[in-house]
Amino acid sequence: MPDDVLDALRAAAGGRDAVRPADPGDAVAGVPPRYIAAPGSTGEAAALLRAAAARDLAVVADGGRTKQDWANPPRRLDLLVSTRRLTGVVEHAAGDLIVVVRAGTPLTELRAKLAPAGQQLALDAPLPPGGGGATVGGVVATNTSGPRRMRYGTARDLLIGITMVRPDGVVARAGGKVVKNVAGYDLGKLLTGSYGTLGLITECAFRLHPVPTARAWLRRRAGDAAEAGRLAAAVLASQVVPSALEVDATPDGAPEVAVLLEGTPEGVAERVATTRRLLDGGTAADDPPPWWSAYPWRTGDVGLRLTAALSGVPRLLAAAGDAHRRHRLPLAVRGSAGTGVLYGGLPGAARPEAVAAVVADLRAATAAVGGHAVVLTAPAAVRERVDLWGPVGGLELMHRVKAQFDPDGRLAPGRFVGGI
Amino acid sequence: MTTTDISALAAALRAVLGDAQVISDRQELRTYECDGLAQYRVVPALVALPRAAADCAATVRACVDAGVPFVARGSGTGLSGGALPHADGVLIVTSQMRAIREVAPADERAVVEPGVINLQVTRAATPHGYYYAPDPSSQQVCSIGGNVAENSGGAHCLKYGFTTNHVTGLEVVTPDGDLVRLGGRAPDTPGYDLLGAFVGSEGTLGIATEVTVRLVRLPESVRTLLAAFPSTDEAGAATSAVIAAGVVPAAIEMMDALAISAAEAAVRCGYPAGAGAVLIVELDGPAAEVDAQFADVERLCHDNGATEIRVAADDAERALIWKGRKSAFAAVGRISPDYIVQDGVIPRTALPEVLRRIAEISARRGVRVANVFHAGDGNLHPLVLFDDSVDGQAEQAEEVSGAILDLCIEHGGSITGEHGVGMDKAKFMPRMYTDDDLDTMQLLRCAFDPRGLANPGKVFPTPRLCGEVPGRRRGVHPLQQAGLAELF
Repeated sequence: MPDDVLDALRAAAGGRDAVRPADPGDAVAGVPPRYIAAPGSTGEAAALLRAAAARDLAVVADGGRTKQDWANPPRRLDLLVSTRRLTGVVEHAAGDLIVVVRAGTPLTELRAKLAPAGQQLALDAPLPPGGGGATVGGVVATNTSGPRRMRYGTARDLLIGITMVRPDGVVARAGGKVVKNVAGYDLGKLLTGSYGTLGLITECAFRLHPVPTARAWLRRRAGDAAEAGRLAAAVLASQVVPSALEVDATPDGAPEVAVLLEGTPEGVAERVATTRRLLDGGTAADDPPPWWSAYPWRTGDVGLRLTAALSGVPRLLAAAGDAHRRHRLPLAVRGSAGTGVLYGGLPGAARPEAVAAVVADLRAATAAVGGHAVVLTAPAAVRERVDLWGPVGGLELMHRVKAQFDPDGRLAPGRFVGGI
Repeated sequence: MTTTDISALAAALRAVLGDAQVISDRQELRTYECDGLAQYRVVPALVALPRAAADCAATVRACVDAGVPFVARGSGTGLSGGALPHADGVLIVTSQMRAIREVAPADERAVVEPGVINLQVTRAATPHGYYYAPDPSSQQVCSIGGNVAENSGGAHCLKYGFTTNHVTGLEVVTPDGDLVRLGGRAPDTPGYDLLGAFVGSEGTLGIATEVTVRLVRLPESVRTLLAAFPSTDEAGAATSAVIAAGVVPAAIEMMDALAISAAEAAVRCGYPAGAGAVLIVELDGPAAEVDAQFADVERLCHDNGATEIRVAADDAERALIWKGRKSAFAAVGRISPDYIVQDGVIPRTALPEVLRRIAEISARRGVRVANVFHAGDGNLHPLVLFDDSVDGQAEQAEEVSGAILDLCIEHGGSITGEHGVGMDKAKFMPRMYTDDDLDTMQLLRCAFDPRGLANPGKVFPTPRLCGEVPGRRRGVHPLQQAGLAELF
C-alpha cells in the first residue's frame, strides 16, 4: 500500500534507508511511533522536521535508547528521529581543550577518541546495570550526571555551543567553540535537560579537561546515615578538593562513603593520607567501588532523583531510611553527597500504592531541605498513579517558552514538566 | 512619552516607593546617563531606586501599565552600554538593595540582594573559610545583580568558571512584573533551566532581586609567578606548554610591552624593565598539588624563553603582581588621553596569528593597541588608544576596534567574552550568528517579554515581533473553561 507520508519523509531525509515504518521495538515508554528516521546530517534532520511539520507529525528524538523509559509517555507520537547516523567528532582542538561532536556519538566512543590526547569530556553517564551506549545528545537532553560533577559540573557547565533543529525545521546555533563567550542567549543551557521538547540537538561543543595523571578512591563504611553524613561533612570542610564524594546506602547493611581524589601522583598520595585521617580509616584503591557511577535501580524498576541543599544530605539519607522502614519497601539510595544529588531505586514489582506513598514521603523530605524528588523512570502502573515531576516553580514561564519554540506542541508532547 | 505621562508615572512610582526613591530632576537624572562605557549617553525619563523586591516588581508593573520601557542598572560599571538608559523609560537602579541575607557555609551558598558588591560576598564568606569565585577586575565596585545580567567572568574563571557556574538560585521580576523563583539552593531543579538562560541575558529577560550563589572553599595554597618574555610569541608558547602539560592554572594572564609600560606609569608595579610581554601564572588548590605543578610551570616558562621569573613570596608580593594587571585598563589613561577597551575571544591556539594581525592593523592605521588578555582561555582585551581632541582619531580607533572583532569571528571566536553585547556590540551579532540563530534566541525573549519593554535595543540589532501578547492570566482561561483546552 503506498504511504505518501513515508515517501515524503524519505525524500526529505536522505532516501530509502533513512526512514522506515516503525517496529514494536521502537516504542517510547509504551507508545509506538509510525515511522523511524535516521538523518545523516543536520541539514537532513532539518528537512525531515520540515516535512514532519507540514504533516503535523509528533516527533520524539532517539539516541542510545538508554533513557527512553524515562519521563511521561508522549501524548502522541508519529515520528521517532534517531541520531544513530549523526555520529563522530567534527573537531577536536586539543590545544584549545574543546571538542565539537555530533549528537548521536556514544559517550564511550568520544572518550576513546579523546584519550590519546590525554583529554576527557568530564561527564559521567550512570546507567542501570546492563545499560550502555548513552549518546552525547541524550545526556544533554536529559541532563544526567555522575559522581565527578562535584569537580567538573554537569552538562550545562561543560557545554559551550549547540546546534539544534527547531520543530519547524529551522537550524539554529548558540554559543560557539570557545570556552569564554557571552554573546547572545545561552540556548545550550535551555536545551540541556529539556527532554527533547524544544528542539532536536544535532551537534554539541564542549570544553574538555586534561585526564589527571593519578587518581585514587577511598572507601569507608559508616555505622548509619548520621555517621555517613558526618564523614561527608568532614571531607567537604577540608581542603583535599575531592573530584567526587559519594554515598551508597543499600536497604540492608551500613552505608558506605567513597571519595575520589585526582591530581598528580605526589599530590594524590598526600591527599589520600589526609582524607584517611578525616574519615578515621578507610580503604584506598586504584579502582572505584562496584557501585560507582551506577544508578541504584535496574531497567523496569522505579528510579528517583532526590536533591537537597548540601547540609540537608544527612537528613535526606535518614528520611530515606525512615521511608524504607515505614513502607517496607527496599529503597536503595546512592549519589553525590558532595553536591546534594542522590538517586533512589525501588523494585519495579512494588505495589504502585506503596511506591506512591514512598514518593510522597520523599517529596516532603526533599522539600524540607530545599530540594526536589523526581521520578525519573517507573513502570506504567506507577506512572499512572504518581506525578513523576512533582511541584515545579516557574511553570508559567516554561509553558510560554514551549509555546514560542513549539507552538503546535509536536515535540515530545507531554513528556516534560507540567504536561509540556 | 509626553511630559504629562512622565509626571503621572513618577507620581505612581512615588506612591509605591516613597518620594526619595524616585528621581525626576533633570540634573540628578544626568548622573545616570551612562554606565562604564561613557561614549554612549542617554538621560532617562525617570530613575527608580527600589529598596525591596516587591518595590522592584511594582515599578516594573507601573512601567507595563504605562507601556514604558525599563532598564536595570546595578553599579553602572558595565563596559558594553548594557545599562544605557532609555530616553522615554525608567532606569531601575538596584544599588539600594544591598543586604547579604545569609551566608550558609554548610550549604556552600550565600543569599544576597542584587546591589551587593561582588567583593563583599567574598569578605562575608572568608571568615567561614569560603569565597565567591568570579572576580571581574571591577569586583570592588560591581554588583552581583550586574554580574548576573552580564554573566561576568574574571581572571580566575579559567579554572572556576563564570557567574553562570556560580549562581544556583534567583528571584527575578519578570517583564510582566511578577516575582518568580528560578533554581534554588539545591542543584538540578526540575523543568527548563531558565536560571541558566537568565544569567547573561543582559537585563532583557527581567531583573534579579535575590541571588543565591555558590561559595567555594578557600584554597589551602596559592602560588603566583610573574615571567618576563622577549615578546608575546614566547609568552604564548609558554602558555600553550602549560596547558599541554595538563595543568589547569587558576589564572594565566598576559600583557604586552605597551600595556606593561602603562601599568608601570600608573601603579609602579615593578614589572621587569624591557620585557616584551609578561605572564602571570597562578596555581591554587591543595598544597601538595600546587607544589608539584608549580615547579613544572616554572620550568615550562624557562624552557620557552622567559628572561626573568619572579615568584611571589607572600600575599603582599602577590598583590603587587596582580596590581599591574588589574589596573591595566585604567592605567592606559596615563599613556593616552582616550582609549577603547575591546573584549573578544579567540581559540587560544590562534593567539600568535591574531596578535600578528592586530599589530599589522595597528601599524597600517597608525593607531596604537595595547594588549591585555586572559591567555588561558583566549579572551583578548586590546586597548585601542586615541586622542579625541584630534579630528578623526575616534572614528579610526572605532574602526580598528571593530577590525579586531572581525579577526575574532574569522578565527571561530566570539565578539565578547565577558563584557557583554549591550548597546555597543548589537550590530556585530549578525556577523557571529545567522538570522535564524538570532531569531531563535529571540523566541526566548518573546516568552519572557512579549511587549519588548525590558532593556529594548540591547543585545539584538533588530527586535523580533512576538505575535500575540499573552494576557496576564489571573483566572481560568476561557478555552479551558469551555473544555476546549487543557491547562497543565
